[in-house]
Amino acid sequence: MGLFVLKIGEKWLFGVRLGLSSKHLDKDKLRWYLHRQSKNPNKKEGTVNIIACVKQVPDTETQIRIASDGKSIVTDGIKWVINPYDEFGVEEALRTKEKFGGQVTVIGLGPKRVTEALRTALAMGADKAVQISDDALEGSDALAVAKALAAVIKDMEYDIIFTGQRGIDDDMGMVNIALAELLGIPHISFAIKLEISDDQKSVKVHRPIEGQTVVLEAPLPALITCQKGLNEPRYASLPGIMKAKKKPLDTKTLADLGLDASQVGEAASKIKVMQLTPPPERKAGKIIEGETPEQKAAELARLLHEEAKVI
Amino acid sequence: MAQGVWAIAEQREGEFRKITYEIVSEGRRLADKLGQQLTAVVLGSGIKDKAAELAQYGADKVIVADHSALEPYTADAYVSVLGQLAQAETPEIIVMGASTQGKDLAPRLAARLDVAMAQDCTQFDIEDGKLVAVRPIFTGKAYAKVTFENSVPNIVTARPNVMPINEPDSGKTAETVDAQFSLDEAELKSKVAEVIKDESGRIDLTEADKIVSGGRGMKNAENFKVLEELADVIGAAVGASRAAVDAGWRPQTDQVGQTGKIVSPNLYIACGISGAIQHLAGMGTSKIIVAINKDPEAPIFQKSDYGIVDDLFNVVPALTQEVKKFTEK
Repeated sequence: MGLFVLKIGEKWLFGVRLGLSSKHLDKDKLRWYLHRQSKNPNKKEGTVNIIACVKQVPDTETQIRIASDGKSIVTDGIKWVINPYDEFGVEEALRTKEKFGGQVTVIGLGPKRVTEALRTALAMGADKAVQISDDALEGSDALAVAKALAAVIKDMEYDIIFTGQRGIDDDMGMVNIALAELLGIPHISFAIKLEISDDQKSVKVHRPIEGQTVVLEAPLPALITCQKGLNEPRYASLPGIMKAKKKPLDTKTLADLGLDASQVGEAASKIKVMQLTPPPERKAGKIIEGETPEQKAAELARLLHEEAKVI
Repeated sequence: MAQGVWAIAEQREGEFRKITYEIVSEGRRLADKLGQQLTAVVLGSGIKDKAAELAQYGADKVIVADHSALEPYTADAYVSVLGQLAQAETPEIIVMGASTQGKDLAPRLAARLDVAMAQDCTQFDIEDGKLVAVRPIFTGKAYAKVTFENSVPNIVTARPNVMPINEPDSGKTAETVDAQFSLDEAELKSKVAEVIKDESGRIDLTEADKIVSGGRGMKNAENFKVLEELADVIGAAVGASRAAVDAGWRPQTDQVGQTGKIVSPNLYIACGISGAIQHLAGMGTSKIIVAINKDPEAPIFQKSDYGIVDDLFNVVPALTQEVKKFTEK
């Protein structure tokens, strides 16, 4: 044991060394620590404020039935889950917190049942939840949903926002990116790999595009849309589920957000569904008969060439 | 008043992507129905000579935005330029490809212009003078016919491989104009740090004309070799079901289905894939579907144009040999 004095940059650090040899002192880490403190005096050292947006959607196994109005789906008996792409976002939020420390807030919009999706995210490990719920929001288009989310988030402190790359219900992929635009922050979509810089000032994201992967860098705060491959979302543990019940879940109405009912909901929607139809019927085609696999293969090749004309 | 149809071309390193010809062709059809002009908008660096080519596919006019910050694509730079152009020129309809670029760009542009958008459409039409789009939702488990209200320009993206490409007419020319815009590079936040090229030389699933896909029936990663051999002969991309990806036999980028890629090739050959609803949703708009599976009860046969009930490990190599008779001619 002994006393030590270190000069890092312009600062002197005094300390007591407890049975450690000097090689255990990581000068780089200390320098980084002091740098953080000087840049962000009010922020808890090294932490990140993280938001994950969560949408509740019908489970992927759901058979979609069209309702009698011809414009909506039958929701009876649907099992509602967190949008699978949003789960990657929640997982990445938790991993970011585990790495840097900080707080994860999950935000969801929709009717009462959405509470369940938020509780699931809390059970996975998120710290608190905000649910935007108002009857006037019913029938909102993607732009209106983004405006409602932006109204909540603009007053929050955040470094990074995670969302799924699209909801597997309406397949629009607009709310997330529109939200970034409304907040005036950069977005990077389809993330399969992500790295936040040690100084927590920027993020580097791998984004696969047709035939290549582009590595993009953006300053924080930024919004990242998550693609499968980014991580493997954890399951909520039993203790996690118990703890989630006690975690804060705030509910916000339109009035809380300072939004007017005329800006959202079905009447304000700028895109209208005229009609829903089942997918075009595909009839089961020919089963190719033959004595041997070779005969069947030869007949298939002939049909693909002569009849279907695709080879 | 808003007037005209815009097709936003997509290029990479000075070469147009196939989707560009698809949306210019579709834009031409919409402009004809409306009795309006089709403008192709090309963004990039040093691409002016190339831009004139789009006249052959139906563009009346080509607007070229040439700037070093427009290559490679970033949402920041493209939205800034397109936002300025759309506000100045007020087109009625903007068509883009539902490629990774279009899906990144269209929502942000729509938000900037405070309008709605319709993503990944498979059909467009004009009804009572208004644009109507059909788009698969729930990954193709239902189709929604949509229209816009108080939302001009109407921004839409078209699913790759769906819109037919016009026969190029080399006699056609278009007026080419330089776009008027300002771009402050200091304002651009996201930057491309690196581009990692896929060295496999295979075409991306979403752009592929033909796909050979394998599922649980492939049994292991090595067995995909038989599919790759067939794919090489017919010029196809290789895809996989979720089961094959989750088993670690294929990379995530190969997955076709509700939590993978949505594909629309001319030919889809499903090998050892039972046809779970999530998989069918991702490839249901393929033009010709072939199923090869040992199990005659596999649901995939209900969606297939041609089926072979047999062991894929005997059928696929034989098929590879048989198709050579046609491809080697």
